[in-house]
Amino acid sequence: MNVIRAVIVDDEELARQVVHEMLLPHPEVEVVAECANGFDAVKAVAELSPDLLFLDVQMPKLDGFEVLELIGPDIAVVFTTAYDQYALRAFEVHAVDYLLKPFDATRFDAALERAKERLGTKMPPPSELAAAARAPLQYLERIVVRDGPKVDIIPCERLDYAEAQDDYVLLRSQGKNYLKQETISNLETSLDPAKFVRIHRSYIVNLERIAKIEPYTKDSRVAVLGDGMKLPVSRSGYTRLKELLGEG
Amino acid sequence: MHPILADPRRLALYLAAWIPLVLLLAGVLASTGDFTWIQAGELMVPLAGVYAFVCLSAWYLCRFLPLRTSAIFYLLVTVNAAAAVSSAIWAGAIGWAMAIGFGLEPQYLRQRPILFGAGVLLFDLAAAFHYALAAFETSRQAQARAMQASILAREAELRALKAQIDPHFLFNSLHSISALTASDPAKAREMCVLLSDFLRSSLRMGDRERIPLGEELALARSFLAIQQIRFGSRLRLEEDVSDGATVCLVPPLLLQPLVENAVTHGVATRVDGASIRIEISRTGERVAIRVENTFDKDARRGRGGLGMANVRKRLEVCYGDAASMEVRETGDRFRVDVQFPAEATSVAALAPPAQRGEVQGDEGRDIQ
Repeated sequence: MNVIRAVIVDDEELARQVVHEMLLPHPEVEVVAECANGFDAVKAVAELSPDLLFLDVQMPKLDGFEVLELIGPDIAVVFTTAYDQYALRAFEVHAVDYLLKPFDATRFDAALERAKERLGTKMPPPSELAAAARAPLQYLERIVVRDGPKVDIIPCERLDYAEAQDDYVLLRSQGKNYLKQETISNLETSLDPAKFVRIHRSYIVNLERIAKIEPYTKDSRVAVLGDGMKLPVSRSGYTRLKELLGEG
Repeated sequence: MHPILADPRRLALYLAAWIPLVLLLAGVLASTGDFTWIQAGELMVPLAGVYAFVCLSAWYLCRFLPLRTSAIFYLLVTVNAAAAVSSAIWAGAIGWAMAIGFGLEPQYLRQRPILFGAGVLLFDLAAAFHYALAAFETSRQAQARAMQASILAREAELRALKAQIDPHFLFNSLHSISALTASDPAKAREMCVLLSDFLRSSLRMGDRERIPLGEELALARSFLAIQQIRFGSRLRLEEDVSDGATVCLVPPLLLQPLVENAVTHGVATRVDGASIRIEISRTGERVAIRVENTFDKDARRGRGGLGMANVRKRLEVCYGDAASMEVRETGDRFRVDVQFPAEATSVAALAPPAQRGEVQGDEGRDIQ
């Protein structure tokens, strides 16, 4: 019998205790770590590469969705939450396993069974799941990025621009570059459209950073940022810019 | 803005009220024998038309000498002086000019005292009318304000009650109880009782307009006792409460939302938890409540703020400008200061908590 290595993540000790207790009749599952916050969870996953994660949604520092974004979709996750109507909808839509607190052994066992069946398969794209769990018309407040064991948090107002690079986006903030595995279109839908605009197939820019728009070739332009950086502006990007800036 | 001039319908009514007065005055002039009915009409219709508008100026007397705050003698003298001046201008100057225009000067000069007297009376009448109108407007406004205040109070109450039973709090607490049933059954029972007490007293708060601050503090304490079990050492509590303040009356659910905010945005956002400090004091006729907590500056704000907005609104409805609420963030400290006038506890308001104590005592015995 293969041992399933599990990590329990919850900021409340009593809540971790419940998962522990419910795992007692399942000797095939071994708890390799318990984490009280998102940072510890990301670290534990990187160091121990477990098979299964019991992940609380509301936690200090990083919430459950941000943890999922940082660890990637390769680990089976069972979310636990007390109440969050949007998160629940997201779980339903994306067929993610979840447990509503408080839960009993019957429900726990059923969730564990499903999770076992999913071991080795991929979770839905984390950023899509996180986007679905946000309340309507609520946009991303910050972006979490992992570089090895290090986690960086970029508040959206400090993001200068984002550039598509294959499966990644390059994020520029306060003179530093960060790489995050996400598509630029996905990022675009998560950001507040009143503050960020897709000026090009490969670029999203923070409106506040634009110093001026200069003509480049006959029907293309460049956006010059406050720090002198120049970003290409496509024709449709220019139309979007004009709409946002309210110019005729 | 003038209440009659501003509204064309009122102006039409006001002018219509002048028609019988004009007829009466014309009748008086005709009865002296100096004027024919036609001559009296010719003179009085335009003259009264002018005076109808002159008399509208009585409104400004109403505004500068409100009935309630002015000395009655001074008021009578001022109104009559204004009436005399208006009438002198009207009957003396305008009337004369018109009489010359109509070729009725000798007749006019003979009957001038009647005209002057009528002018004074008409102005006094107009002043009385305006005062009545002002009183009517004031009472209508007061009624509307009172109605709005009661609607707001009820709304705030409803919203506060809804916010009270925060699903996160409720389900997480139940989950903690579920955890304790296996590891520490006695503690699980304790938490069941704490949670029931809290829910029961917050449900009861809704029907009361004012409760002693001490009772509100007890509610906040039972809330914190539950959170203490959930968060353990992550929740650190300090209290500085003066007895003189706890007997004062407050609108229910004033303190509890502030404490709840301190837990959800302080303790729950920090890995190492947070300390919450509650200070309640009374200086003379003012009561001051301060709730202070440490929090994670980088934490996402997310939900919340609703409870705080509720408190602000309730203070406004209950005390108007006499209450203040100040929210301040310095570094990793978050502080809310609330101040309001002290209201002494009445005997009637003290009765319910005593009753509650008995009820709880009975239930406690049943469980054991």
